[in-house]
Order: sequence, then C-alpha cells, then structure tokens
Amino acid sequence: MNKLKIFKNGVTTENPILVQQVGMCATLAITTSLMNGIGMGVAVIAVLTGSNIVISALRKFIPDEVRIPAFIIVIAAFTTIIDLLMHAYTFELYKALGVFIPLIVVNCIILARAEAFASKNSVVDSIIDGLGMGVGYLVAMILLSSVREILGNGTILGLRILPEAYEPMMMAIQPPGAFILLGLLIGIVNYLSRRKKA
Amino acid sequence: MELVSLFITSFIVNNIIFMQFLGTCPFLGVSKKIDTAAGMGIAVIFVITLASVITYIIHYAILVTLELEYLQTIVFILIIAALVQFVEMFLKKSAPGLYKALGIFLPLITTNCAVLGVAINNIIYEYTFVESLVYSVGISSGFLLAIVLFAGVRDKVDYADLPESLKGSAVSLITAGLMSVAFLGFSGLQL
Repeated sequence: MNKLKIFKNGVTTENPILVQQVGMCATLAITTSLMNGIGMGVAVIAVLTGSNIVISALRKFIPDEVRIPAFIIVIAAFTTIIDLLMHAYTFELYKALGVFIPLIVVNCIILARAEAFASKNSVVDSIIDGLGMGVGYLVAMILLSSVREILGNGTILGLRILPEAYEPMMMAIQPPGAFILLGLLIGIVNYLSRRKKA
Repeated sequence: MELVSLFITSFIVNNIIFMQFLGTCPFLGVSKKIDTAAGMGIAVIFVITLASVITYIIHYAILVTLELEYLQTIVFILIIAALVQFVEMFLKKSAPGLYKALGIFLPLITTNCAVLGVAINNIIYEYTFVESLVYSVGISSGFLLAIVLFAGVRDKVDYADLPESLKGSAVSLITAGLMSVAFLGFSGLQL
C-alpha cells in the first residue's frame, strides 16, 4: 500500500469518529470549545503515533499470547507522558480536559490501530497510519467542537463571531447537544458519502 | 444521609452516560436488545465496584506511600485488565450460570472507559473508602438504568421510517441526546 493511501485512509475512508465510530467518550465530553477539541486531538495524535512506533518496532519480540497487555502498557506509558507534559506546559487545557487525558489509554482507536496495523506493518508505515488516524480524529474534533462553540457561545477560539444580540443556544454546549450534533454530523457524512458513490 | 444523596447524585443527576459520557462505546454497541443490555449493565456494576475497591486500596496503600502517584494510569489499567481476566476465570469455575450470562461481556469491559474513569474519579474527588464504594455502585447502577432504557427505545426506533443517511448510529446518537435532555431535568434536584 503506498504511503499517501495509508494517510488518506485514516483521514477520510476510515475516519475513526465519523466512519468507524470508536472512541466516542472523549469526543462527546470535551468538545464544548474549539480549544479543547484541538488540545484533545493533538494529545491523541501524539499517543497514537508514539505507541504505533514502539509497537511496530517491537512486533517481532512480543509473544502473540500476551500482545494485548503489552500493547496496553505501551499505550499507558505514552498517555502518562502526555498527561505530565500537559500538566507542566498547558495547565488551563489540562484542567479543562480533566479525567479524559488519562482516559486516552482506553480510547479504542489506539488499541485498534496497534492490533490491526502497527503489529503487522513496518515502522514507517505505522507512523503514517498513526498520523493519518490521528489527523482524522482531530478533523472530526474540530468540526464538532467549532459547531458547538459557535452555537452555544457565539464565539470561536474565544473570539466573538456572532453579534451580541445572538441568544446562545445553551443546549449545544450541554450534554444533550453533544449527542444530537454528533448524530447530525454523522448523518451529513453518510449523506455525502452516499451521494459520492451514486 | 450524605451517602444517600451521593448515591442519588451519581445514579441519576450525574448519570454516567447522559451527563458524563463515560462508557459510551458499550452503551452504543451493546444496546440492540434489552436482555443483552441488562447483562452488560450487571457485568459493569460488578466490575466497577470491585475495581474501585481494589484500585482505591492500591492507590493509598502503595502508590501514595511510595510517592509513585504519577504511575496511576499504568497501574490502574493493569489492575483492571488483570481483574477482568481473574473474574472471568473465577466465574467460569464457580458460577457457570452467571459466567454464561455475562461471559461475552466481561472481556469487553477492560476497554470500557467507565471502569478506569470511576477509579480515577474516586481519587480526584478525594472520597473516603465508604464514599467511593457508594459512588461506584451509584454510577454503575446509572449505567444499567441508561443502557436498559436506551435498548427499549432503540427497539422502536429500528422500525421507524427514516432517511437512509440517518439510519444506524446517527439516529442512535440523536435518540441518546433526547434521553439526555430528560436527564438534564434532574439537575435541579437538591438533596
């Protein structure tokens, strides 16, 4: 498989959130503002790429029977690194994302890529796969969080874009808004991909 | 009295699915039929309660005394993975009936973020041992309530006449959103 195709695969055809629908917890919970969405997306890219590199480099040494626990330890190590880095350098974001940073470890997308891709492919291909899937995740986070921030607050990245007279739609940043808007977003993606096929 | 209010809060007001979004994957994945949903819910209560007790003890007895709190994530996920395996083996030997009922759900629970989430929350909120026990039981019962209610609604939604693009997960999410609106109504509840 050529490198560009691996990357594109993660961003569009097999987009982790919009197509495969895995790792929904954090997606629903922290997309209340664009800044949070970008922060979470970047954290996931870092953990996903890091763990893909280590797992594909070790793929010939990890015995098949204990591969899942081994993968989980690698992922947990990278999650801890990101957790500590964010605690040190981006404290505001760290507080906003809260428990969802350590929870990256149980984000199904990372274990799924370790099992389905990194444990079978070369290091370079795994890096590209990690970046592709990560960017796909980031794109979905940006889409959902900007819609929620604009509707719920009238701002984007804290800058006001809708006039003061706009009555913020509180529901968009409350829990129900997360479910409904993500549902509609997936519906739109389904519609577009069906029209492309037809 | 405080414990009762903690239970109600974690059970309904801060419902794990509709308000905190933990455990959304199994919630959307295993809610096609009411009886499988109930099986998953009961397995989750069992594992969350057990995992919270054990991680709580290990955190305060080992990690805090050795000043290794930064290893929390790695240690907790290993405990949970091992615990789930152990529970599976134990049930297979000693309670085959229960094992058959829960069997397929148990391995899935390792990657249920609700388990790790509750274990970490117990530490973040600085609960005492009894409080963390009540909190875990409340939260996991909330999961059972949410998944069983949702499975019931989903039964009907499957027969609805919907635009093709909304079928499947899109409409499930919107349904969950409407149920979440209902749960939002509890947020004014003061105990």
